[in-house]
Amino acid sequence: MDLQIALLLGQDGITNGAIYALLALALVLVFAVTRVIFIPQGEFVAFGALTLASLQAGKLPGTVWLLLAMGTLIAVIESSLALRERRFREIPLLLMVNCGAPLLLAGTLFAISPASLPLPVQVLLALMLVVPLGPMIYRLAYQPVAEASVLVLLIVSVAMHVTLIGIGLLFFGAEGSRTPPFTDVTFEIGDALLQGQTILVMVASVLLIVALYFFFERTIYGKALRATAMNRTGARLMGISGNLAGMLSFTLAAAIGAFSGILISPLTTIYYDSGFLIGLKGFVGAIIGGLASYPVAAAGAILVGLLESYSSFHASAFKEVIVFTLIIPVLLWRSLTTRHVEEG
Amino acid sequence: MNALPEESERNLVLEVRGLSVSYGKVEALHGLALQVHRGEIVTVIGPNGAGKTTLLSALIGLLPARGEIIYLGESQGAGRRVEQLVRQGMTLVPEKRELFAEMSVADNLLLGAFDRYRAGHRDELETMDQVFDIFPRLMERRAQMAGTLSGGERQMLAMGRALMAKPRLLLLDEPSLGLAPLIIREIFRTVAQLKKTGVAILLVEQNARAALQLADYGYVLETGELCLEGPSRELATDPRVIESYLGLGGRHLEPR
Repeated sequence: MDLQIALLLGQDGITNGAIYALLALALVLVFAVTRVIFIPQGEFVAFGALTLASLQAGKLPGTVWLLLAMGTLIAVIESSLALRERRFREIPLLLMVNCGAPLLLAGTLFAISPASLPLPVQVLLALMLVVPLGPMIYRLAYQPVAEASVLVLLIVSVAMHVTLIGIGLLFFGAEGSRTPPFTDVTFEIGDALLQGQTILVMVASVLLIVALYFFFERTIYGKALRATAMNRTGARLMGISGNLAGMLSFTLAAAIGAFSGILISPLTTIYYDSGFLIGLKGFVGAIIGGLASYPVAAAGAILVGLLESYSSFHASAFKEVIVFTLIIPVLLWRSLTTRHVEEG
Repeated sequence: MNALPEESERNLVLEVRGLSVSYGKVEALHGLALQVHRGEIVTVIGPNGAGKTTLLSALIGLLPARGEIIYLGESQGAGRRVEQLVRQGMTLVPEKRELFAEMSVADNLLLGAFDRYRAGHRDELETMDQVFDIFPRLMERRAQMAGTLSGGERQMLAMGRALMAKPRLLLLDEPSLGLAPLIIREIFRTVAQLKKTGVAILLVEQNARAALQLADYGYVLETGELCLEGPSRELATDPRVIESYLGLGGRHLEPR
């Protein structure tokens, strides 16, 4: 391996690592706030990428139907609850948010031809279609069992993952998609060629991480999420309900997932089930951070990306084996060095 | 003659009738009735395990309860939630403080105003200045992590955080617990000051002497039932209270 190949692999590793880092941050966030191990995180990557690809191909993305169906279901549940508790005034708003907004979005997609729109608008539309699925999944699948044990929540996650994979196959078919690169610019550094898309992924990831940092450190909603992660009862007494925190963290996780998918879709072909493996590598990073530390999780995810990239050169067949074997020494080290206190 | 009941009706912040709370089959509270008026400090005293914390948890909606809870003239149904009550100005300072340990004092205070912020108020910085006026110690410690504070400072922070919500009814659960006598005196002096701002205070205490000195009205809770009530000055001289809670010769009953 000469320097040029090493640089190329390193570039590849850091690009993938940046995506894994974003997913690792989302996983840590969701776990810290809701105690949910969010296995379907990767599905948002696939849904984001494939929704954008559908829009660009001039097809109506299947995620529209999912959005409409879940919105209607939530509207029915919430309205009947409101009826029973005689909160009649809230019903119009409930219907508007859960049914009206998805209908409006679907109508817009029918009316215009998204394929001819500029790329930023397409990306925005794809995000608008996929991100609301996050809080909706929280409302339907997790909120009713929010007080259950970590194990029950994990089982719900597995069920959600399998369901979403099936829905993905139904909506997008078995063929993969690859979107055209956002930019064709290339840079030459010495002998190595740097692709504009690669740089874009890195820059966007760093920007997103910085934005998340500011959200958690500077805004009251970010602080409320951290407070919920630290002390659930204390947060409730401040009026920060578990449902609000759950919805908010799932929205962020969905946004991070969908955005990651959109970023990498020009670099690799995404299939309906590609998200799982990508999410799982983010999970390895999150595990390195003990599902608690954001910086360590991000660094761990970059490490996963690099390890994957270099092992694909030396032992391509064992690429995944090497990456996932990393968990074993990490878990050993974690269990030997940390004293774990199970919260009731 | 007619104006009097109306007046007291208008100032009634909390009225509880027939409140019962069960943990499974064990009934922890049985048929409680009490009232708290605007600008009044009401105390519930009683020994360990009498159900004092259970009472406050039930009032704020952390525990399911039977019976009638009328807060600000509205009957709270069985589906009442903590978040709704917080929105309506009921705030609990819990026995365990429940602070956000890895956050600064200032951030802990800020989150006390979370619900007001969400409702559209943007006066959290002014409110924080008012809280700093009440607890100058918190001002000095504002950049420090809450987890590194001393016991007394933690209690001040818990109370300050509750005040950030500009409560109409403040529920205080054993503010003297685990604190040195001097600090207790300081905390209780602050509670007396708060009364002047018009907030209604329901103070649950094991330290009966201090609580009765401070309060306008008192209830005695024993094994889940209210067995005595009256103006606190009368309670403090009631032989039954003296014997059980104040001790002979007026000796100080130390907190646990």
